[in-house]
Amino acid sequence: MRLPALGTTAVSEDPDSALVGRLRAGDEQAFVELAEKYQGAMLSLARGYVPSIAVAEEAVQDAWLGVLRGIGRFEWRSSFRTWLFRIVVNRAVSAGIRERRTVPVDDMEPVVDASQFDAGGGWRVPPEPWTDAADDKVIAAKISARILTAMDDLPPRQREVVTLRDVQGLSSEEVCTVLDLSQANQRVLLHRGRSRLRQVVESEFGSIR
Amino acid sequence: MIGLSQRPGRKLACQQAVELVTGYLEGALPRAQRRRFEAHLTSCADCPEYLAQIRVIIALTGSITPGDLTSRMRDDLIGLYRRWRADEDQGIR
Repeated sequence: MRLPALGTTAVSEDPDSALVGRLRAGDEQAFVELAEKYQGAMLSLARGYVPSIAVAEEAVQDAWLGVLRGIGRFEWRSSFRTWLFRIVVNRAVSAGIRERRTVPVDDMEPVVDASQFDAGGGWRVPPEPWTDAADDKVIAAKISARILTAMDDLPPRQREVVTLRDVQGLSSEEVCTVLDLSQANQRVLLHRGRSRLRQVVESEFGSIR
Repeated sequence: MIGLSQRPGRKLACQQAVELVTGYLEGALPRAQRRRFEAHLTSCADCPEYLAQIRVIIALTGSITPGDLTSRMRDDLIGLYRRWRADEDQGIR
């Protein structure tokens, strides 16, 4: 087996290699398919850096232009989507008012409210069991819908990490590259974000089901 | 952060275990801490449910399809593509 050079993604392993190949060959439809696949995530990512949805849309349009101009020189040093999301962040940062800020790692609130534990740190109010009920497809779909709206209420950095990791399926390394985060900070944000979503689902499960 | 002040060798409390869940799922816990976490799961009545909930949250978040491309955005992007192509073609000539 031929291994890819260090720091490169094997073209054949990239889920977007076929679409990228067609885009390079001048296939307009491939561009539309990539837009259908990624526009939502790009907007959500850009939204965290700019003051309005309109500015986010402009930044994403600008990013697509960057993709078209750069795709001929794209060398698979990362996956296509990592490269794409990185362009979005760069464009959004230029368009935005928010500085790329560091993540406070200390000063973190617990992910489960302290009142749910007794003095020894054991559960006083244990988690309400609902995972068995989530096997039901209808209930699962309702939970997913609630997660989607709850994600809008996450702090931007947490939302970005959860979107890229859990919705888009990027690896932790890819997320760190896109958002310029350390592994430790990426993990803290993921932890906070996922825990918050769990909390929302648990507290509203009675009305969700 | 809760959990980090835990001395090695001591048993984990639930309140500390919930803070280790992501590190555990990410494979980022040092070996001794991972062992204590796993030992806690086998002896705790409630933390396995908590971990299962986080796993379900991850799976269901993964089932979300990001918002559809609106027809306006689609038209805008096709316009963008065609203008770019026209510019490229002029550059080649």
